[in-house]
This record gives sequence, structure tokens and C-alpha cells, in this order.
Amino acid sequence: MAEFEPRIIAFLCNWCTYTGADLAGTARLQYPPNIRIIRLMCTGGLDPIYVVKALLEGADGVLIGGCHPGDCHYQSGNYKARRRVAILQSILGQMGFDPDRVWLRWISASEGQYFANTVTEMVAALKEKGPNPLKGVGAI
Amino acid sequence: METTIDAPDGVRKAIQGVLCALLDRGLAEALLVPMTMPAGNVAPMLVTNTAALDRADPLAPVLPINAARAVSNLTVTEHREKLAVVLRACEIRALVELVKFKQANLDQVLIVGVDCLGTYRVTDYAQLVKRQTSNVIEALLAGAMTGEVKPHDGLAFRMACQMCEQPIPAGDHVALTIGLVGVAPGRVYLQARDDVAEALGLVADDAPPGRAAAIEKLIAARTQARDAAFAGFRGRLDSVDALLTEFSPCIRCYNCMTNCPICYCKECIFRTTTFEHESQLYYQWAERKGAVRLLADTLLFHLTRLNHMVTSCVGCGMCTEACPVDIPVGTVFRAVGQQVQALFDYHPGRSLDEAAPVQEFREDELTDLGERPH
Repeated sequence: MAEFEPRIIAFLCNWCTYTGADLAGTARLQYPPNIRIIRLMCTGGLDPIYVVKALLEGADGVLIGGCHPGDCHYQSGNYKARRRVAILQSILGQMGFDPDRVWLRWISASEGQYFANTVTEMVAALKEKGPNPLKGVGAI
Repeated sequence: METTIDAPDGVRKAIQGVLCALLDRGLAEALLVPMTMPAGNVAPMLVTNTAALDRADPLAPVLPINAARAVSNLTVTEHREKLAVVLRACEIRALVELVKFKQANLDQVLIVGVDCLGTYRVTDYAQLVKRQTSNVIEALLAGAMTGEVKPHDGLAFRMACQMCEQPIPAGDHVALTIGLVGVAPGRVYLQARDDVAEALGLVADDAPPGRAAAIEKLIAARTQARDAAFAGFRGRLDSVDALLTEFSPCIRCYNCMTNCPICYCKECIFRTTTFEHESQLYYQWAERKGAVRLLADTLLFHLTRLNHMVTSCVGCGMCTEACPVDIPVGTVFRAVGQQVQALFDYHPGRSLDEAAPVQEFREDELTDLGERPH
């Protein structure tokens, strides 16, 4: 049987992490192709419903990437995202779902290598965890 | 200022007298208060004529709606009248949250809180009224005096009430509290803001000697029941399978959301056509998963609602009451809420001066989150 390849949905902010991912690409850095990127203007605009939907539909992990604290293009969007992720992870953990399938990382536009490393680490961590138990469950 | 007043004709009459005085003495021009309906049930009504107040029954042990929603209707846009609202502690907490979200305005509002001894389900209360002709509250008052409130024979208080550790109205925003716990029979305890006390002509007196101890006893018992309920939930919800089981009966009627005082959003995503998908999509999902449940997105609904409002959940339990398939929604939300609220040391409904967690942030909090773990 082929090795389990996790599928990661990534919500990346336009100004920092998405640009960092772009840099990783233009610098031809190698990282696993397990990630599906959705570009946002700001992590502060990410409603938790999108993360929950991705997990319920069987995504093995969700990566949320934004600007470092203090560097938000909109001043404070990442701080708001940080609260929402803290709330989301607490809820998921209490509801019997592994909250470590949701990663929040601050990755700037110049940190292409850090982006590539993060994806590599996340894929390895999710391979360890195995598939999302909700994958393929139709009764939800 | 605190005092006790005589209730020679029963506490209900004495409290009606206080409510009449609020209107008569010009403290309010309209009063929102639970009233007995001709059918025997109880519902909040907006009263402007004191003659109607002989049907006022703010002690009736039933909570058909969280009346904070009614206060929202009555105050969210401009009104000329001074309004007094007679509410239970959980309703006041919900109202405080609604004010923070700009869904209610307390500028011309006087909050009157009543001690809550516990409430029955609407259907249970209807049965009780049928079998008992006298005022049903009297049977609960003996227990209230000592802080050991026992429900009527064969009945139980709503689960939310059994585990409510905040049954006594509290906070600076409460102008007048009508107290029953730890109060001698035939007496009613009043705690009033000074201006209200003066207008009502109340004379300060010592608090009833047993009140503090009785409140403590009541809260201790409720806290114990709460912790047991939370422990039950936490012991149960240990896996994804358990999560699926918990919400499996859901028929996605949205009743819990409709009856939640905190779920005020006018443009809730679940009220839009977002989840009325193209027909073809359902077949694709079925193809991918082998079978797909309809109506879809029930778990998405509950998890999203938790994310959106659990930080402000006041534990009134209206969601549980509204659930036609007996999912213990309120217990889930309170248990999860306890831990989420603790992240921000937030107490929903405690004070108008504390912003809700979703309304603010701090730069120096949660600093490990978002950083690569070492």
C-alpha cells in the first residue's frame, strides 16, 4: 500500500505568508506537494467556519499563515486571528478532535525557507498522526 | 441599600406592589415583566398600566424565552419611554452581552433582577399549573429560605438551572434586586441603588441574617451539579466517534440558534443560501464518500456556532429547551465555554466594562501561538 500522503489546506495572508510561499517557489526551494493554498487578504478575515469545513471534509491538516505580530498590513488582523485560533483549538480539543491538526504560523514575505521548512515539518507531523478520522465519513 | 419588606398577602402580591411603585413613582413608564396568560402559561409582556400588574408573576418557575431578546427589541432603536425590565440572572447576563454587541441599549433602562430558584420546562410548568391551583412559587420558598431548593414532587428543574451557579442577580448594572434566598417566610428582600431606594421610599435595614449562608449553600449545590455534568460531558467526548454520536440526532432545525439570546446576527451564514448547494454537488459528495448525510452540514453548524458565540454563552439553556431531539446543547456549550472563557479570564454577563473576547485582543497574550515550537 502506498504511503499515506496528508492533504493540507493552507490559508495564507496575501502580504506575508503567501508572498513567502511565492519566494520559496521562485527560489526553487523543495518542499512536499501536499499543500493546497487559499490566499486571503488577511488572517484576521478568516472565519473559523472555513477551517472547520476543511477538517470535516477530510483535510488532514490546516495551516494558517500570517504576518509576524506587529507586522500586520492591516495593523491588527493577525492578533485577531490568534485569538480565533486559540478558541478554535480549544473547542476542537474538547470535542474529541486533535487540535494539533490546525497550525498557526507567522511567516514573513522574506521567509521562503521557513515556509518550505514549515510545510515539510507539518507533512511529517501529519504522517505520524495518520489520516483525519473524519475523512470519508458521510454521516456528519 | 438593602431592606426587607412585609409580604402579608404572599410574596407575589408584595412584588407586584414594588412593580406598581416603579410605575407610580415615575421610575419607569413601561415595565417588561413575566405575566400569567389567560391560558395559565407565563410570558413576558410590556406593561404600561398598573392595573394589569395583578397578572405579573416574575417568580413563576419557568423561562419560556430568554427575555434579553425582548429587551433588545425594546431598546435597540430609539424610544422615549423609561423602561424597567424584570429579569432573572441568566437573562441579565445575556442582556449585558447584547449591550456589548450593540444589540440593546440601557440608557433609559432600569434593570430589576429577581433571585432565581430554578425553572421548569415549559411543558412541565403547564402540568404543574393544571394540578396545583395555588401559587406554585410558595412551595419553593421554604427551600429558598435555607438555600436547599427542592423542585415539586415528580418534577426536575431544567438541566441549565440545576447547574446554574449564578442564580442571584449581580453587578452594578442591576438597579433593584428582589431577593428570596435566605429570606424569612412572609418577607421579601430588596437591594436597591440609592436613587431607586429613595424614589421608592425604602428604609434601609439589615440584610436577612441567613441570606449569605443560604446563597452559599445554593451555589455550592449547583456548582457540584455543574461539575458533575461537565465531567460527564468531558468523559464522553474523547474521540471523533463520540463527537459524531453527540450530535448525530441533529435535524438541523436551527432552533438552538433561534432561541439563543447571544446568536443575534441578522446575516447569519446559516440563514443564507450558502448551504443550499447545487444539486450536482450532493452526488459528487456521495460518490466521494460512498454515502452522504442529508441535511448536510449539521456538525459544521454546531462547531461554527461554538466558535462564534461560546465565549459569550451565559448558560441559560434555551438551546436545550428548543432542541426537538434532546441533544444536551446547553451542557455542551457551557462545558466548552468554561474552558474557552478561561483562556481570556472572561465572565460573560458579569460587567458592561469588560469587552467580549471576540471584540478585542492583546499584543502580549498567547505569544507562543503562531511560533515554531522549540
